[in-house]
Amino acid sequence: MIKPDPAFLSVHSVSKRFGGLLAVSDASFTVAEGSITGLIGPNGAGKTTLFAIVSGFEKPTSGNVLWRGEEITGRPPHLLARDGIARTFQIVQPFAGLSVRENIAVGAFLRHRRRAEAIAVAEQVAERVGLSRDLDKPAAALTVAGRKRVELAKALATGPKLLLLDEVLAGLNPSEVRDIVPVIRAIRDGGITVFMIEHVMQAVMNLCEAVHVLAQGRIIAGGTPAQVVRDPAVVEAYLGHGAATRLAGQHA
Amino acid sequence: MSTRDLVPILVFAAVAALLPVFVTANTWLNFAVFTLIICLAAQGWNILGGYGGQYSFGHAAFFGTAAYATAILQVRYGVNPYLGFGFGIAAAAVVGWIIGALSFRSGLRGSYFALVTLAFAEVFRVLANASEMTGGAAGILIRLDVRPENFQFASRATFYWIALALVVAALVVTRALERSRLGAQLVAVRENESAARALGVDALQVKLSAIALSAAITGAAGALYAQYFLYLDANIAYGTWISVEALLAPIIGGAGTVFGPVLGGIILHGLSEFTKSLVGRIPGVDLVIFGILLIVVVRFPPREIPGLIRMWRGRR
Repeated sequence: MIKPDPAFLSVHSVSKRFGGLLAVSDASFTVAEGSITGLIGPNGAGKTTLFAIVSGFEKPTSGNVLWRGEEITGRPPHLLARDGIARTFQIVQPFAGLSVRENIAVGAFLRHRRRAEAIAVAEQVAERVGLSRDLDKPAAALTVAGRKRVELAKALATGPKLLLLDEVLAGLNPSEVRDIVPVIRAIRDGGITVFMIEHVMQAVMNLCEAVHVLAQGRIIAGGTPAQVVRDPAVVEAYLGHGAATRLAGQHA
Repeated sequence: MSTRDLVPILVFAAVAALLPVFVTANTWLNFAVFTLIICLAAQGWNILGGYGGQYSFGHAAFFGTAAYATAILQVRYGVNPYLGFGFGIAAAAVVGWIIGALSFRSGLRGSYFALVTLAFAEVFRVLANASEMTGGAAGILIRLDVRPENFQFASRATFYWIALALVVAALVVTRALERSRLGAQLVAVRENESAARALGVDALQVKLSAIALSAAITGAAGALYAQYFLYLDANIAYGTWISVEALLAPIIGGAGTVFGPVLGGIILHGLSEFTKSLVGRIPGVDLVIFGILLIVVVRFPPREIPGLIRMWRGRR
């Protein structure tokens, strides 16, 4: 058996500056092959910027991104998709005028030149994410939960090795979250490494083996979800300075 | 592409091919050929504008380039007109690719892209008006020598069938595009460029392929125009009129559909001809009709005539 690569994706002291704002500051972390790894942090911490850098939509001001040992910093998104890195967007980006089937097929066309094959792959992927019954509907007609699934399906249809999920669970109600959690786990069990930004802590605790915490552009903690939520630095980042000591005092 | 995809096109071709059997008056055939040339130019626009969502206001640049290339090669260099026709189409495609490379590479979209294409067409018009090569303001005349090997025919019906064959070929190309990977990627870029790029679509490459194909088809219309009327000047070849015609027809008939440009072209010219017969040849009356039709169509979503008819029938 091939040993999974612990530094499947590794980010080395990446910084991103927008004018006077340092959105990401010297961030370093790795994502292990075959894992579900989370990226959490308060609003405005720079998570989405970090994702944009990893997926090629933004170039970092400094630092580099390595993918299976190969430098991919600043490589454009369409080439990264060919290399096997797919992403979803926090604000879902369906091709509004197209049916669900056609939406997913755009992803499938990446590795299947013929339309019939691309459509067949799209239908298989739809099955995996529970969209089989909606294939003929226009993507714009779906509920939020449905559109999140389309977003997931489009990315999956490109046949990725690493899937970057930007808040796929945001905006879903608890029962919808419960429905989609096993889908994400099944994707990983199918051999795709998952790296996800997530706010829904219940899902993070449930799904992720490893979590990195970003606050004000810096990675302030990392480890298993259980370790991370006990970390005083993390508690302070979310609840404010001194919160960790106050909480500790209350529990004592 | 399956045989089923081609059935509506073949039906259209068969019906349209019968027209010269019933209509023999030269004025009517003239009108029909002219309408087909406009339809062809509009089909070209539809590839880039309808499927790709890149609204060009300067398709005259491609129409004129192919028209002049065909004319100049014959008149100045004695090149065989059929060969010149092919060169004309190729020249239009190259010009399209270059304009695309310049504007898409700099990330121009929407109204900025529209303005740049308009500017290119105008620059070409001014240059053609001044250059000796194109005959300047006096224009260029292809010598009348009615022989089939000269791409000149005694019967207008022959020309009608040639124009129809080109329109049908463009319909088939459009249908094939719809069924291809390039077509799917082009529509994806139209709907959401970032999302398309994330799915591995090389947006720049896709748009460049689309503009080259689009320019080639509109170029075919220009080359045909030159060969039919045997005269060109800068205001005909690179005039704004053809840019406007090329975009109005698909918008009215249904942009991003196979039959949209042909339908729109027939409606527009049918209507303007009808008005002319009604009120006489008042200069500009066809433009008034175009304007009113455009306002009416754009006022009501889905902003195309077939959609309006579907909606109206659904409501009853």
